[in-house]
Amino acid sequence: MSAFVGKYADELIKNAKYIAAPGKGILAADESTGTIGKRLASINVENIESNRQALRQLLFTSPNALTYISGVILFEETLYQKTSDGKPFVDLLQENNVIPGIKVDKGTVDIAGTNGETTTQGFDSLGVRCQQYYKAGARFAKWRAVLKIGPTEPSELSIQQNAQGLARYAIICQENGLVPIVEPEILTDGGHDIKKCAAATETVLAAVYKALNDHHVLLEGTLLKPNMVTPGSDGPKVAAEVIAEYTVTALRRTVPPAVPGIVFLSGGQSEEEATLNLNAMNKLEVLKPWSLSFSFGRALQQSTLKTWAGKKENVGKAQEVFLARCTANSEATLGKYTGGSGGGLASESLYVKGYKY
Amino acid sequence: MASTTILRTSFLPKRSEWFAPNSHQSTSHLQPTSVSLTVRAGSYSDELVKTAKSIASPGRGILAMDESNATCGKRLASIGLENTEANRQAYRTLLVSVPSLGQYISGAILFEETLYQSTVDGKKMVDVLKEQNIMPGIKVDKGLVPLAGSNDESWCQGLDGLASRCAAYYQQGARFAKWRTVVSIPNGPSALAVKEAAWGLARYAAISQDNGLVPIVEPEILLDGEHGIERTFEVAQKVWAEVFFYMAENNVMYEGILLKPSMVTPGAECKDKATPEQVAEYTLKLLHRRIPPAVPGIMFLSGGQSEVEATLNLNAMNQGKTPWHVSFSYARALQNTCLKTWGGRPENVKAAQEALLIRAKANSLAQLGKYTGEGESDEAKKGMFVKGYTY
Repeated sequence: MSAFVGKYADELIKNAKYIAAPGKGILAADESTGTIGKRLASINVENIESNRQALRQLLFTSPNALTYISGVILFEETLYQKTSDGKPFVDLLQENNVIPGIKVDKGTVDIAGTNGETTTQGFDSLGVRCQQYYKAGARFAKWRAVLKIGPTEPSELSIQQNAQGLARYAIICQENGLVPIVEPEILTDGGHDIKKCAAATETVLAAVYKALNDHHVLLEGTLLKPNMVTPGSDGPKVAAEVIAEYTVTALRRTVPPAVPGIVFLSGGQSEEEATLNLNAMNKLEVLKPWSLSFSFGRALQQSTLKTWAGKKENVGKAQEVFLARCTANSEATLGKYTGGSGGGLASESLYVKGYKY
Repeated sequence: MASTTILRTSFLPKRSEWFAPNSHQSTSHLQPTSVSLTVRAGSYSDELVKTAKSIASPGRGILAMDESNATCGKRLASIGLENTEANRQAYRTLLVSVPSLGQYISGAILFEETLYQSTVDGKKMVDVLKEQNIMPGIKVDKGLVPLAGSNDESWCQGLDGLASRCAAYYQQGARFAKWRTVVSIPNGPSALAVKEAAWGLARYAAISQDNGLVPIVEPEILLDGEHGIERTFEVAQKVWAEVFFYMAENNVMYEGILLKPSMVTPGAECKDKATPEQVAEYTLKLLHRRIPPAVPGIMFLSGGQSEVEATLNLNAMNQGKTPWHVSFSYARALQNTCLKTWGGRPENVKAAQEALLIRAKANSLAQLGKYTGEGESDEAKKGMFVKGYTY
């Protein structure tokens, strides 16, 4: 079979298209318990279930914010959580036309014999887990593969291993009704310039799409979550327009038009940087047959988190800050962002060297 | 939205940067070359992009007139002519001299003999084409031979000395190249045959670009067979996935290539025929799933379809917007009526040239999605499929 067209094909295509609709994007709120602990620690909040629930509730009940969100990626715990009024988060999202998604990978591990390159775990019983998540209301999934740039990286082994992993995950999702978000993140760590990142990104994406095609993945029912093409964290800085040009060139060379949408990760970019770069891409006057949108974690939540600081009395203000970032990024998907929303917090770099999820 | 390329080739890494010592590593021993530094198309990048865009211009397509001497002999024999250089010259003169052909034809693929030939009036063929605003192209492959270890399949030769041949052709005035390999569905196709076809094309494409010629990438999936359109679709998806992956590995610059695919149709001996709309649907789906938008033009081969069929199918594909210029690179489907009308007689030249212009115009309209099919002759509707056709 050329592409897998199972019983969920039409639904997958419909959902992927909806998530990729211009004017909206994805809120990545799938931080694992460990990772969300780091976030909470940064605002001196204890990492207990009620606090994790409180943060997510703050986000999901922000007035009007969900208008700009087409999907939310959840961690497993959150998929089964409720608001303080007892309403399942999944129901709340669906009522607001937001598609719930679920992180299904189980983190990265080192590939022996490489210089710190990794592969992603999570295949055992993945099909069964996807079915359960589907029953619980999830309609898309996310799996993060990680690559790095170095003198001999990304290695052929790492590229092949991660591409095959993404493809296998993708087809299993599609067999079970979940739109797979395909995420081959190339870390920004390093002193390389933007050309090196462009070359690496093109090589990785070519391998990823080859693997997806070999595994019969239905491209119309997938989304891509790539890194933007940028200089390394220690490399020479460039303007948003340059990032936009390199990124869109790389995507035009590798992503078939059958893919409905590309939802960028923000990596360690500040909230404002991420929005400006996305905006520049959508302003570029060249043919882009897929939509270009966002799937931001830190770049949507950082200021909101700081403003909340774990205090009930700050919820309203924090929600306003969140709405502002959602609106800004929505405008960026239309190339209409004029910049400057969010003040100092929004410009804070979120880069962490050797960042572990 | 206008499909402009944003590629500024000046920002691509130069070859000297490829081997420059990295400040992080010692040069005292050989480091494996990082996979991540890709060089695209060397010094001809800008020109390649410009050439490809010019060939892929709206309302225009390619006249394939690169029949080898042996194949041209078959054409001449069909109208009772001897296969001599003079006759080949006379016929090619007729073709390149069609008045205003450049309105509908953006490129002409030549055989080597023709590239170095003059018309019967003593003008260089390439000069006549250039004056017509038609880019000269050149067939650079050396034909198909049996693929050992396969299921009776073929592979395409021509990589030896290809770089210097391309450079010489560029000097002579050629600006694009063509390499035709084939894949046979009744014979499998075997994974070996597909891999070889894709790898050969990728190597050829990289070498062409290195020497200033825009490569037309042609993996023809032969019409022969009883298979249905679904099977063709499946094989086509596999073939194109391989072709693009190997081209990526060979650092081919997609903004400077053109594709010459076969349309997705049922096999010639399949009892179920497909309408132009069905052919368009399957073919467009194939393109959307496999062709990156950086590729400027897709110039379909006709492969044995009748002149009218080839035009109708192309027209059906251009009823909606596509990210690439979707056009034609036809040989028989442009030349058939013209050849028959000429019959080798000087007094028929004008009528023959008009016949070619009619087909060129029809396909131009089809490229714009505006072909209506009125006034087509019976000759034009005759199928030209030849079982087991060898080029």
